[in-house]
Amino acid sequence: MSNSQHTPGIVPGRLNSEAYSDNFSDLHPPLDDHEARVAADRCYFCHDAPCMEACPTSIDIPLFIRQIATGTPEAAAMTIFEQNILGGMCARVCPTETLCEEVCVRETAEGKPVVIGELQRYATDKRMDAHPYKRAASTGKKVAVVGAGPAGLSCAHRLAMKGHDVVIYDARPKAGGLNEFGIASYKSTNDFAAREVEWLLSIGGIDLKLGKALGNGLNLETLAADFDAVFLGMGLAGVNALGCDGEEKDNVLDAVDFISELRQSTDLSTLPVGRHVVVIGGGMTAVDAAVQAKLLGAEDVALVYRRGQDRMNASLFEQDLAASKGVRIITHATPKAVHGNGAVREIEFAYTKDTADGLKETGETFRLPADQVFKAIGQTLGDGQGLSLEGRKIRVSDSGRTSRDGVWAGGDCASGGDDLTVTAVAEGRDAAEDIHNTLMGG
Amino acid sequence: MKDLYGANLHSTFLGIESPNPFWLASAPPTDKEVNVRRAFEAGWGGVVWKTLGEAGPPVVNVSGPRYGAIFGADRRLLGLNNIELITDRPLEVNLEEIARVKRDYPDRAMIVSLMVPCEEEPWRKILKEVELTGADGVELNFGCPHGMAERGMGSAVGQVPEYIEMVTGWVKKHSNLPCIVKLTPNITNILGPAGAAKAGGADAVSLINTINSITSVNLEEMSPEPMIDGMGTHGGYCGPAVKPIAMNMVAEIARNQETAGLPISAIGGVTTWRDAAEFMALGASNVQVCTAAMTYGFKVVQEMASGLSQWMAEKGYNSTADFVGMATPKVTDWQHLNLDYVTKAEINQDDCIKCGRCFAACEDTSHQAIEMSEDRVFTVKDDECVACNLCVNVCPVEGCITMRELPVGDVDERTGMTIPEDKRTWLQHPNNPSADPNTCIIRGQ
Ligand SMILES: Cc1cc2nc3c(=O)[nH]c(=O)nc-3n(C[C@H](O)[C@H](O)[C@H](O)COP(=O)(O)OP(=O)(O)OC[C@H]3O[C@@H](n4cnc5c(N)ncnc54)[C@H](O)[C@@H]3O)c2cc1C
Ligand SMILES: Cc1cc2nc3c(=O)[nH]c(=O)nc-3n(C[C@H](O)[C@H](O)[C@H](O)COP(=O)(O)O)c2cc1C
Ligand code: SF4
Repeated sequence: MSNSQHTPGIVPGRLNSEAYSDNFSDLHPPLDDHEARVAADRCYFCHDAPCMEACPTSIDIPLFIRQIATGTPEAAAMTIFEQNILGGMCARVCPTETLCEEVCVRETAEGKPVVIGELQRYATDKRMDAHPYKRAASTGKKVAVVGAGPAGLSCAHRLAMKGHDVVIYDARPKAGGLNEFGIASYKSTNDFAAREVEWLLSIGGIDLKLGKALGNGLNLETLAADFDAVFLGMGLAGVNALGCDGEEKDNVLDAVDFISELRQSTDLSTLPVGRHVVVIGGGMTAVDAAVQAKLLGAEDVALVYRRGQDRMNASLFEQDLAASKGVRIITHATPKAVHGNGAVREIEFAYTKDTADGLKETGETFRLPADQVFKAIGQTLGDGQGLSLEGRKIRVSDSGRTSRDGVWAGGDCASGGDDLTVTAVAEGRDAAEDIHNTLMGG
Repeated sequence: MKDLYGANLHSTFLGIESPNPFWLASAPPTDKEVNVRRAFEAGWGGVVWKTLGEAGPPVVNVSGPRYGAIFGADRRLLGLNNIELITDRPLEVNLEEIARVKRDYPDRAMIVSLMVPCEEEPWRKILKEVELTGADGVELNFGCPHGMAERGMGSAVGQVPEYIEMVTGWVKKHSNLPCIVKLTPNITNILGPAGAAKAGGADAVSLINTINSITSVNLEEMSPEPMIDGMGTHGGYCGPAVKPIAMNMVAEIARNQETAGLPISAIGGVTTWRDAAEFMALGASNVQVCTAAMTYGFKVVQEMASGLSQWMAEKGYNSTADFVGMATPKVTDWQHLNLDYVTKAEINQDDCIKCGRCFAACEDTSHQAIEMSEDRVFTVKDDECVACNLCVNVCPVEGCITMRELPVGDVDERTGMTIPEDKRTWLQHPNNPSADPNTCIIRGQ
């Protein structure tokens, strides 16, 4: 018995093993030394470089590229880690086309930026063997960090470096947050997320406690009492509902759960996927779910977004990637009802248009066959821990202070900034600096 | 300064301390307090202040373009030419600024470059004034090749060893400040001026100043550029293009018996940490930089420092003094090279991108020693290859073509010679009419 792309229903093993490894290999294979030199040579070493400004962690990009060009990629890695300890992961997952590379002067000049992300990966890969930092002398201060995602890890590392003792609590059985459970597989291959966490923690002074959830056995009162400071970096645990008829039917799933299952799978050929897959949403999660469903062998995958293409949160690069993998992108359509007897068989959409009063349905509808539907319409903060909110997130100052003394927050759970890995790293780092100054200021 | 590798870049030159061996050369980057402060903030170890002249009305610069340039691919600046003179700001202003900056940055080297008429009194006078600033030393500018030379200063002094010795003598007589003599490369043999500086009592030499040059000709106006109202003059050439010339001059001074041991501050095209390491390996104690800073801004020093630090840590050098001069003994005369050392080019087929440049170069201009197959596979013919290295130099892929040394006992297919145990230099070679076959078979001096 073997399944194919045409096998009806939700089944595993639609492809041969070669196709799985091809489909889920590195999206951008690493540059070799020669490619890196050639790419680095294109950098103009701009003064007050726009790329640096565009990087949420403000990496000194011209300097690290010059260090590559002069044959010292290890020094380049240090320039990166100085600002961004998760520079390795960011090199893989940052939407550089909307950050540093978008403003590269060579993008302006020739429509072809210096490949900053790939160069950053080249440099950081050279320094992932031994941990490069030593801890400062112990300060005797203890800080609790909730969440071992990019925000929590970056905060914990900076604090440990400055000599504080850190305990990280994470609800999941594995550290890394969305680096481990969310990022598309072809962006972080060979278990990079876990290796990076191990490398980061090897600075010492960070005690990682897994399977410990705030709100379930742990509470903020006790943490605040037991520690000198608390940092919350628990991301967005909730998911938004579609709010349409039939949403509860079988096989209407959260995209993040699908992705997380995929990321944790050790054998992709055992992972079932539908023949007709529909993804609802317009962000990075939607694209990742759609592309990976296609790469798992779904016969057709449609990504349906309620507004126009220009409003999609996924960058043009991501959209093109989806299209190149065979995902059909449908815009201006909103889900009306999920049809099926117990499990989904079809999903019905209404066309929409932008009007002066906002988005309006046109009255026309259409149906797509679907044996699997993934919802990717945004995540929400779970429990706000009684802190003041801004919008639907924990309100924080520029340095990450919450409304409660001694409690800082950063990353996706906190207000301000885009929901990106690199933003989470920046916010974790900046909060750590502020915590340090506060604790040492007396 | 970020020193992530823990290597100790600290440098001591003539007893003058600086946190690293990277100084800014006397030039526009060091002409004003604002620049020098910014340079120190960026991490430069020291500066040689832009050359000061006598008190009184300062020199006047042209108000048209003063630079010309040579570019490589992608408009990368390779050579810069200038017709600027010494500082055009009043002496008192410069002296005040020097004193202020030195006071605020006591850990950085502050050297003052000087050029006054070739008479004892003006030198005595300006030295007394410099001493009051708290500066760490003086550099005598005997190099400026344009404008000042026409007034009997700069390279007009530097080209006459007797003048160098005389002026250096005055400086040593009237001041205890460490004295560096900056040499012009616009001479036939650098050893003359270097020896004269030493004889005059110089504590060190620095080199090179700029090289006489015309960088371009405007074919519409039929005038050299930079063009000032339809006319041009030769300028001073500097930047990456002059580094090989400067390195040879540094090496000559370092290895020559009369001048060996005279401390050297190397200048000329230093652009990356590697350039600095190379100059220092040839015998310079530190380096000075002008064009790289003028091209990329003061921040370049951060790459120079991190790169040198990484390299030193990798090599296990604890201080810059550990490797200064390590390559000097390896600089020799052609006649001492081993003529029985045979290598052959080897092309790594996995790295080859099949551009064919090696083939064109060897076939058309060298020894027809590369074969090209129908499907563009390039291979070296060992029986033709003279090991000239041209293919290596024209190959765009670094490390794709390498030179393989033939071990003793192998036969050189080109000459039929078996690689001997003993080495022959030209001095022992049978083709040399004045060779003495019985001379000791040791290479080097
Ligand atoms: C599918 C998907 C793809 C993405 N792709 C990209 C991309 O390509 N590039 C990019 O830049 N960004 C991407 N993002 C966004 C990026 O992953 C997030 O912005 C980033 O991970 C936020 O970091 P964080 O540390 O704030 O939160 P998270 O990474 O979410 O980490 C939060 C951690 O807190 C833990 N936690 C949650 N609640 C509790 C609790 N109550 N108690 C204890 N621990 C708790 C979680 O287990 C988790 O480990 C993607 C997001 C998703 C969902
Ligand atoms: C515009 C310009 C002005 C210079 N002025 C001086 C000077 O006043 N005194 C001096 O000793 N050298 C002067 N130089 C020479 C530099 O100090 C240095 O010796 C030379 O540029 C070589 O170094 P580089 O290749 O790093 O530029 C000048 C160079 C330039 C480009
Ligand atoms: S760099 Fe340009 S703007 Fe500045 S002084 Fe020179 S010519 Fe004028």
